[in-house]
Amino acid sequence: MAKTVKKGILYIVLILLAVICMVPFLLMLVNATRSGREIMTSFTLIPGSSLKENWDAVFGFFNLFLGLWNSFKVAVPATILTSYFSALTAYALAVYKFKGKNVIFYTIVIFMMIPGQLSLIGFYNLISKLKLIDSYLPLIIPAIAAPGTVFFLKQYLESVLPMALLEAARIDGAREISIFHKIVFPIMVPGVATMAIGGFIGNWNAYLIPLLLLNTPKKFTLPVMIASLNASKDIGTNQGAIYMALAVSIVPILIVFCFCSKYIISSISAGSVKE
Amino acid sequence: MAVSNTVARPKKKKNYNNMAYVFVLPFVVVFLIFSVYPVFRTLQLSFANYKGFGDVDYIGFKNYIRVLQDKYFWTALLNTVKIWGVNIVLQLAIAFLLTIAFSDIKFKIKGLGFFRAVYYLPNIIAATSVAFLFKTLLDWRYGTINQILAKFGVNEPINWLGQPVTARLSISLIQTWMWFGNSFIMLMAGVQGINKDYFEAASIDGAGRWKSFFYITLPLLRPILLYVTITSLIGGIQMFDLPFLMGTVNGEPLGATQTAIMYLYKFGFATRPKQVGYASAIAYILFLMILIISVIQFKVMNRKED
Repeated sequence: MAKTVKKGILYIVLILLAVICMVPFLLMLVNATRSGREIMTSFTLIPGSSLKENWDAVFGFFNLFLGLWNSFKVAVPATILTSYFSALTAYALAVYKFKGKNVIFYTIVIFMMIPGQLSLIGFYNLISKLKLIDSYLPLIIPAIAAPGTVFFLKQYLESVLPMALLEAARIDGAREISIFHKIVFPIMVPGVATMAIGGFIGNWNAYLIPLLLLNTPKKFTLPVMIASLNASKDIGTNQGAIYMALAVSIVPILIVFCFCSKYIISSISAGSVKE
Repeated sequence: MAVSNTVARPKKKKNYNNMAYVFVLPFVVVFLIFSVYPVFRTLQLSFANYKGFGDVDYIGFKNYIRVLQDKYFWTALLNTVKIWGVNIVLQLAIAFLLTIAFSDIKFKIKGLGFFRAVYYLPNIIAATSVAFLFKTLLDWRYGTINQILAKFGVNEPINWLGQPVTARLSISLIQTWMWFGNSFIMLMAGVQGINKDYFEAASIDGAGRWKSFFYITLPLLRPILLYVTITSLIGGIQMFDLPFLMGTVNGEPLGATQTAIMYLYKFGFATRPKQVGYASAIAYILFLMILIISVIQFKVMNRKED
């Protein structure tokens, strides 16, 4: 009896915590349908009728779909580059014996522990010397070298790749690069997918570096565009429009999350087990 | 036969292994240019007086001395530590309680997959959107949160973001909201890696829930706890998006929410003319602090109990 009561209380607490996680988004969605005046005067969970007005106010101020598209143009190539080249590098480090292998590996480990902001000044300085300010290239190309992903995939590969398979392929006369493409990469897919999802979210949400590098409003990625709400007087006072803008920025990622939360969560668990 | 083997083998092997250079080349080139070079360039600039254009005058350790004597830097660092500290304590406490609840062999709580996903949800949203969402919800006069509180009898609206203590607390709580799910998933993954026999044996020996937590779960989770705390610390010292967007670069109100990286950003990017050398010195001092704390933390938490 006491156990059932305790269990019941526990469930209530767990559900309450889940509600706390979701309520801010719910309030956002409801408020996105209400007028600025309604939001300022009272609180309700019943949707209002100002959806269209808020939508027009937001898109009259900036084109958020352009921001979505820009974020897409940065995050997708960056994720593909990270996935492919990290897998390739991890393969080289896990399978071959070559001079400098340990140097590369230990440098990777050290750089995993160096906070990114440390090199912010040097990075910006480099990009301006290369005349790449206001270009997407410095947001995409550096994704080729992702130390954390290489580290994880190397450990992953060492635990899943049967070396005999490589020998067999070599005897059949396969070239090293096609062994990677046709045999090793397919085996790595679960590990790569795990890292790719994490990498995509990171790129999609990145704010500081795009803020520093992009000057032209038309090139702004979604987070930079959302942050420009701060500078606007006419939309900044219209809470309905603010909630609408936030909803447009958040709902796509919520939908993605509904479909691949399993993979996202397994990627975090993997991160903790690698230690 | 033996002879032909020794002749043929090394030749072939050498061939395979040389391909590795081709495979690692793209990584190494990009890594050297975009990761390694900026770290050393920042170090070089930290010894210079540089406006972001024109001449680079080397001035030795002057920037470092100035950082150490700059009371605003220390205030910013202290703000960062306060915001991070409240957050990490709450975050780990909640994550631990959840881990205990979900790993309890008597309760057998259902729906781990669902709860895990929901608890993690706030973490995937961009900090920029989260910042604006809460900035608007927490608005002093017209915010929804004060309206809800009014329904529960809190009639005096709380100026969340307008007073130093509540502004920092709000940011801490938002960070906790964003990160407790992440810590919970990591701790839970660790617990699931613990052999169930330990708990069975402890239970047979008459150990209760809390005893088996303190004597089995906690010691075995130590490496993961260390990992979570260190990564949180490194992330915490780099805190920028939330306080920057919820206040201004100067950390309104009264500089209470200005974090160390916001202070770095101010000199490196926002002031005119920029003080790039000074910002670089701030970066390196922060790095040294992270390094020292990580080493101490590692030593303390990895200490073997005898």
